[in-house]
Amino acid sequence: MAVHEKITIAKAINASLRASMEADPKVLVMGEDVGKLGGVFRVTDGLQKDFGEDRVIDTPLAESGIVGTAIGLALRGYRPVVEIQFDGFVFPAYDQIVTQLAKMHARALGKVKMPVVIRIPYGGGIGAVEHHSESPESLFAHVAGLKIVTPSNSSDAYWMLQQAIAGDDPVIYFEPKRRYHDKSRLDTESIPDPLHKARVTRTGSDLTLVGYGPMVKVCEDAAKVAAEEGKSVEVVDLRSISPIDFDTVQSSVEKTGRLVVVHEAPVFFGSGAEIAARITERSFYHLEAPVLRVGGFHAPYPPSRLEDEYLPGLDRVLDAVDRALAY
Amino acid sequence: MTVEGTAERKTARGGSKRTTAKKASPAKKETQSRARNSARPDQAEHDQLVQLLTPEGERVEHPEYAIDLSPEELRGLYRDMVLTRRFDAEATTLQRQGELGLWASLLGQEAAQIGSGRALRDDDYVFPTYREHGVAWCRGVDPTNLLGMFRGVNNGGWDPNSNNFHLYTIVIGSQTLHATGYAMGVQKDGADSAVIAYFGDGASSQGDVAESFTFSAVYNAPVVFFCQNNQWAISEPTEKQTRVPLYQRAQGFGFPGVRVDGNDVLACLAVTKAALERARTGQGPTLVEAFTYRMGAHTTSDDPTRYRADEERLAWEAKDPILRLRKYLEAEGIVDDAYLAAIDEESETLGKRVRDAVRAMPDPDHMAIFENVYADGHALVDEERAQFAAYQASFADAAAEGN
Repeated sequence: MAVHEKITIAKAINASLRASMEADPKVLVMGEDVGKLGGVFRVTDGLQKDFGEDRVIDTPLAESGIVGTAIGLALRGYRPVVEIQFDGFVFPAYDQIVTQLAKMHARALGKVKMPVVIRIPYGGGIGAVEHHSESPESLFAHVAGLKIVTPSNSSDAYWMLQQAIAGDDPVIYFEPKRRYHDKSRLDTESIPDPLHKARVTRTGSDLTLVGYGPMVKVCEDAAKVAAEEGKSVEVVDLRSISPIDFDTVQSSVEKTGRLVVVHEAPVFFGSGAEIAARITERSFYHLEAPVLRVGGFHAPYPPSRLEDEYLPGLDRVLDAVDRALAY
Repeated sequence: MTVEGTAERKTARGGSKRTTAKKASPAKKETQSRARNSARPDQAEHDQLVQLLTPEGERVEHPEYAIDLSPEELRGLYRDMVLTRRFDAEATTLQRQGELGLWASLLGQEAAQIGSGRALRDDDYVFPTYREHGVAWCRGVDPTNLLGMFRGVNNGGWDPNSNNFHLYTIVIGSQTLHATGYAMGVQKDGADSAVIAYFGDGASSQGDVAESFTFSAVYNAPVVFFCQNNQWAISEPTEKQTRVPLYQRAQGFGFPGVRVDGNDVLACLAVTKAALERARTGQGPTLVEAFTYRMGAHTTSDDPTRYRADEERLAWEAKDPILRLRKYLEAEGIVDDAYLAAIDEESETLGKRVRDAVRAMPDPDHMAIFENVYADGHALVDEERAQFAAYQASFADAAAEGN
């Protein structure tokens, strides 16, 4: 792997899995179709050929079983990396994740560790049928014991997954599936940021846009357009949803005075609500406008012909920017 | 045993039926009773029960499950069952006295638990549900450790790895998957130990149990599924869970199932040993259905008199696991009155120790809320811990100012 190579997010994740498996023989990859097929998105392509069926495990089609057995493997000292094929398919495993995986370390008074990573391709924009385009991150972020992260570029995809695998806590690693084939620079040598550090990806002085995963590109595009209109917009890539690096968001907001949070998931009870509440608590006297949110509606994810209306795009983000600046 | 057991169940069930169908004609009653019994999945298969000790304490042989125990081993099984029952009774009493928030009694299931528990090797790993006090005893877990979660001072209370005995699992059936995954790990390690997952007849309806059967069969995992069919899932009888005998479920997944007399400690020991041996030698999973009876309530929160007939319990009391072993040991001269008296005395000592330990159990420090939420830390937990500590400290400050 060359330094500074431009590579897709899917290939970066594949390289990350490979690096983790080479570094630690206890790392296992398991899920539906992850073996010969290489996963429905080919993210695990070639891993079974190189690491064998014993470490890249094609599982029965049973999500609760996949996560439940991963818990048992972790209790035995393995570090399973589980693939849930699509976001909407995670719910059969929700019980195991919430009632077992998240709580095991605490229940055992710290005597056992749960180094299980659950990879979930998430979000819309690929024209899929129902249950293939959802953003359930808030449902998991609400549960103590889980960590939730989502990369937006290839370097983060590569490093954050390895950090998640190396850690001793259960991590849900949401992969922005519509960005799988976007290419960006992969730096395999520089020391990566800590897993839960938010990052300012574009500086500005009038308003802060916070996004994560697939929305980072939308936020950056919106900031570019806003710049053409003479507005200086700062963009923060959250990277981690549990915990959230509020310090980075706070310092940006205290500089710009305005905050708009963007995510694909429904706005109602979403991560934007949490960010708005916390930043209001921390930075009330710095705010020039209420914190605004742009996201999905309180409706089932629509059929794909309507998803462009449902998903926050450039226009809806810019509309929120204008509204915030109008205060 | 076959005929008698069937007759007993008919009596109990039929009796229950008659009390609720007073206006039915005698002929109709008979029909209803028979219809219900034939619908009960357990009836037709009762003669498949592996038994080595009859309810009368007579030793019988089984062609597949021979067992030859020394007098010392036999006395040990008796002692285990008596002490476990005494511990359980003490815990029930402590709940009634307000010392425990809840208790799930094992009364009646001592043979299933001690028999299977004593079949295990130290390097085997146990995944219990929340009623496996007898198995915990066999694993060497201090029984007072089992009471912490029921008193409300922790959600576990022991290090699973120190006795290879996992924490109790409250969500029904979840642990069967953990056992299967653990067994897959044992297999990957090339170890020759086995894993055993305990669950009940109610749990057999859970998807996780079916998924654990699928996974263990597909990967040939060295796991034994030990179902204690105690006939009742809170108020729901087994026929609300299944229309086939539970042990037969295994066949559809591609591994053997066996039904054992769950009130016969010798048969439970023999059958579990054989199943563990299959697992150890790479022959994959086995489902053992221990056909037994929960003599008490599901937990101290429910009232079994609302949903089941007294006759049923009386019929099962006649098959009491401790009594039958005692009859056998007495008849064989393996125990005498002095031995039995010594065990009773040891029971009382255990009861007192448990009582004292529970009463002395301190409430956890209030900062324990934030302990072990994450292994590697979490900024939000750190923030809330600091806020809560400051809030707590403010009372101390106020008190100091008051002084």
